[in-house]
Amino acid sequence: MTVGELVKKYNLSILSESDGLNQEITGGYVGDLLSFVMAHAKEKMVWITIQGHINTIAVASLVGIGAIILAEGSEPTADMLEKAQENGIPVLTSPLSSFEIAYRFGMDQTLGGIG
Amino acid sequence: MKLHFEVDGNDFLLAGDASGKVKNVLKKLGIESSIIRKIAIAMYEAEMNMVIHANGGRVDVDILPEQIQVVLQDTGPGIPDIDLAMKEGYSTASHEIRELGFGAGMGLPNMKKYSDNLHITSEVGKGTKVEIIILLK
Repeated sequence: MTVGELVKKYNLSILSESDGLNQEITGGYVGDLLSFVMAHAKEKMVWITIQGHINTIAVASLVGIGAIILAEGSEPTADMLEKAQENGIPVLTSPLSSFEIAYRFGMDQTLGGIG
Repeated sequence: MKLHFEVDGNDFLLAGDASGKVKNVLKKLGIESSIIRKIAIAMYEAEMNMVIHANGGRVDVDILPEQIQVVLQDTGPGIPDIDLAMKEGYSTASHEIRELGFGAGMGLPNMKKYSDNLHITSEVGKGTKVEIIILLK
């Protein structure tokens, strides 16, 4: 499933748009501690977090994350969105909690397993 | 190939920039992605430590046919007990830093896990030198 399809299916809002919306997503990772995300998330995953700051993009870019979903309507900083644009990483948001988002993806078998 | 970076300790916004640049260079050189991942993780952790704890420092990367060596040197407060700092979950990061998702106490353990050879020397009050080696063969 592409990032764009994910947006439509789960009614996510796009905060930072880029060509990354066409990127195929495989699996996902939930986490707010950056060292754990660095170590365990993998390329092309969707990352669900509440960390809406610029370092989130640095980690996402190093890991090769396909898209970030800010859970619980977490507000990103302006510099985060700017950096996301620069790096071609779509930033999405949902009012749901990280658990609820991941649960729905899991129930629907949206991302082809856990990646 | 040698690369050099000065890491600004006051600019939290730019933190991770050097690691990102190294990743891009390695990608262009056609280095295997699993190896790039190891370097990116180990170097980012070390770079963030320099920004969070030591007010920045210098990074020298040496890309050789058989290995990649990353040396990070700072003039920060030093690490009094390296064995303790190597323990998963041990952190001296401030509350503000933790709120940003850092300070999980996984920095040094991740560096060790993802490098083939990690050498840390530190002197309290003088600074810390971290040497990361990743083998290419």
